[in-house]
Amino acid sequence: MKNKKESLGIEKANLFAQETSRRKFLQYSGLAVVGGSLVLAGCSDDDDNSGPPDTEIFDLGSGNLGILNYAYALEQLEAAFYKQVVNGSYWQNADAEEKQILEDLYEHETIHRDFFKTAISAAVSSELMLPELEFDFSSVNFGDRDSVLQTSVILEDTGVAAYNGAGSLIDASDATGAVYLTLAGKIVSVEARHASAVRNLLNPGSINFASPDVLVNLAGSGKAYDKAIAPAGILSAVKATGFITTEFTANNLPTS
Amino acid sequence: MNFIKILETLSDKELLYSKGSRRASFTKMKNIGKDVALASIPFGLASLSPKASAATAAMGSSAMQASPLEVLRFALTLEYLERDFYQMGLDSGVIAAEDQDVFQLIADHESSHVDFLVAAVGSMGGDTGSPEFDFTAGGTLDTFTNYQTFMALAQGFEDTGVRAYKGQAGALANDNTLLTYALQIHSIEARHASQVRRMRGEKGWIVKNENTLPSSFSAIYAGEQNTVQGGVNLSGMFGNVGGDDAVTAAFDEPLTMPEVNAIAGLFIV
Repeated sequence: MKNKKESLGIEKANLFAQETSRRKFLQYSGLAVVGGSLVLAGCSDDDDNSGPPDTEIFDLGSGNLGILNYAYALEQLEAAFYKQVVNGSYWQNADAEEKQILEDLYEHETIHRDFFKTAISAAVSSELMLPELEFDFSSVNFGDRDSVLQTSVILEDTGVAAYNGAGSLIDASDATGAVYLTLAGKIVSVEARHASAVRNLLNPGSINFASPDVLVNLAGSGKAYDKAIAPAGILSAVKATGFITTEFTANNLPTS
Repeated sequence: MNFIKILETLSDKELLYSKGSRRASFTKMKNIGKDVALASIPFGLASLSPKASAATAAMGSSAMQASPLEVLRFALTLEYLERDFYQMGLDSGVIAAEDQDVFQLIADHESSHVDFLVAAVGSMGGDTGSPEFDFTAGGTLDTFTNYQTFMALAQGFEDTGVRAYKGQAGALANDNTLLTYALQIHSIEARHASQVRRMRGEKGWIVKNENTLPSSFSAIYAGEQNTVQGGVNLSGMFGNVGGDDAVTAAFDEPLTMPEVNAIAGLFIV
């Protein structure tokens, strides 16, 4: 969708700059039939704002693709957050160790995000890939240490619980699915390493790195386990933060 | 797998102290590690089709995978190792006063994991006994008299634990409940690893295959320099966000069961 909207924007600019007729514009656009209807709607909007708005909301999809898009959404969120962190005044004035940790997190999450983008785009057409999301971090004070670190902890703990909850939703019955499961494992432990480190920054010398308040008890053996939360729970928690402003749905994700 | 039964057996303390000789089987296991090369896995992300390519199908080969009981038994041995290590560390007085809380928490977690896995293995009819450990590796390590050595081993055990659980995810893929439980332990081990690494002045994450433990433990980090993820070689793609150091740190790598047994075997009598 993203690419189509962008190309539409370019064509519209051409349309008005060159006073090309709508018919000619459609010839230029060279879009397939499906895209053509979007173009028409766009032109109608420009005429009088009464055209049908683009209400198409992306759904993450089903099966393993849905899980990949879900992970991609979470990694987009983390990467966008840390990008603001390393451009904020707290980070710029932080001590060397904290700067290094947060810079590393920015790098890791950016790599995770771009990895998913590459992997998904190699597997499916762009219509099936989650678009680039938009974010609003205005509730975070990037000049304030506690605001940044506490948000970081929430995102990292959420990431851990999300991947732990998604593992069993991956259909690993074929080799490709097995790769996805392993990938989830490769990433979740790094998220847990992050969570541990930032929790420790907030409360050095304590047990905050694996605090009982973020752990669960399995079978009465003690609070010694990370959470595993299904996508519905994760996405409603993420929605509550208000960080993601691009609407998308998760109506077809596997539930078992 | 009946988890109601696990709940019941967890309260059966006799199980927790049941004796069983793991010695023979682990002597055997620790010798086969070197014979099994790290499988070069032809990852294929190019297709989401349920029909996997023949090339990638080799990875899912059930011949390479342990049964769920074998996985749990394997995990139990590692948790016994960690639990005993931390308990002996706490008892020995080697741990600095300011770090007592940290290591007590980790010890408590490992003890919980042992209890959980003893119940699980027991409910599946497996052997729940503990091997005998020697954390001095035959008197060559001053583990309980030198705090630096103790912390180095702690890091090694935690990083190994993370890789060990990760390596068995595929073997548990057909049992959603067990898989999720294993993941919930796996990430806790990663929290521990990050904490201990940072207490040693390391980054919480593993950059390339850097090993700051004695060189005899380099197997713990072997393969962590991998840059190929899901068939995509990420090397050189992220020069503006930390380069290959960051790429390798952003993904933890699994170890196979024989590889882990070879590492753990150094401490099993």
